[in-house]
Amino acid sequence: MYRDFGTIFIFIFMGIVLVYVPLLIQQLVAPSNPNPDKLATYECGEESEGSAWVQFNIRFYVVALIFLIFDVEVVFLFPWAVVFNELGMLAFVEMAIFLVILMIGLAYVWKKGDLDWVKYNVKYGRGRYANLIEKSQTTQES
Amino acid sequence: MGVLENRFQDNVIVASLDKFLGWARSTSPWYFQFGLACCAIEMMASAASRHDLERIGMMPRSSPRQADVMIVAGTVTMKMALRVKKLYEQMADPKYVISMGSCATSGGPYWQHGYHVLKGVDLVVPVDVYVPGCPPRPEALIEGLLKLQEKIQTERPLTRKSA
Repeated sequence: MYRDFGTIFIFIFMGIVLVYVPLLIQQLVAPSNPNPDKLATYECGEESEGSAWVQFNIRFYVVALIFLIFDVEVVFLFPWAVVFNELGMLAFVEMAIFLVILMIGLAYVWKKGDLDWVKYNVKYGRGRYANLIEKSQTTQES
Repeated sequence: MGVLENRFQDNVIVASLDKFLGWARSTSPWYFQFGLACCAIEMMASAASRHDLERIGMMPRSSPRQADVMIVAGTVTMKMALRVKKLYEQMADPKYVISMGSCATSGGPYWQHGYHVLKGVDLVVPVDVYVPGCPPRPEALIEGLLKLQEKIQTERPLTRKSA
């Protein structure tokens, strides 16, 4: 039984050897002439500007997700529409159910206010968003 | 410089190892592809099925980090010269440059009145092989690449160079 584990250990050992021996060889043989230009970030020959840690607004995520759902919906709709005449009633009902499910999703997103870019119904707003609801109400009144 | 590079006296073992390293380096010089002008069309034709650069071990790479040879294919404008220089610096050693076509070699048709063209890419990067032509046919480029392979083969990476 232990012989089987021996095979596994030989595999692990050989895996480590086959990774690190070429790395060692290239460390010995390869020329190494680092300079600031070479170590700089590759940006198609341009000077890199700023940091790579750029923050995107989290609202883009919801928009992208909603887009993706309806994108896929259209992908399904096109082949269905092409062979619509041959498929008959069953396919129509199936597609209607599919669309209804997606419409429920759309209604949910709409109700949650994710289709608005500026979110008025923020529940736990802080800082300058703390009194957003009162602010929006005052702007609506005036 | 590498740990073993240029450290050894010339003897039979070092010479054989040098030959082996030269063979290894020369038979797979992946080239950094960027087309600057019409020479790029000929470079693409060389890489495509009829002339097939992969026969001689050459493969186009889009990143300088993976490339050994930079083929400067086309007119190097003053604006581009800075980028060419930077891209050359960003390639991993050992690195080689092929100047393809008369524009890259000497400014070509823009030599006299081209106010915006660099008069030869060897003003910014060291060139190993010049390929003449406007643009050079794929056969000419392949000839240049074979010349470069010969040059790489005769290098002695491990042998100590006498001053």
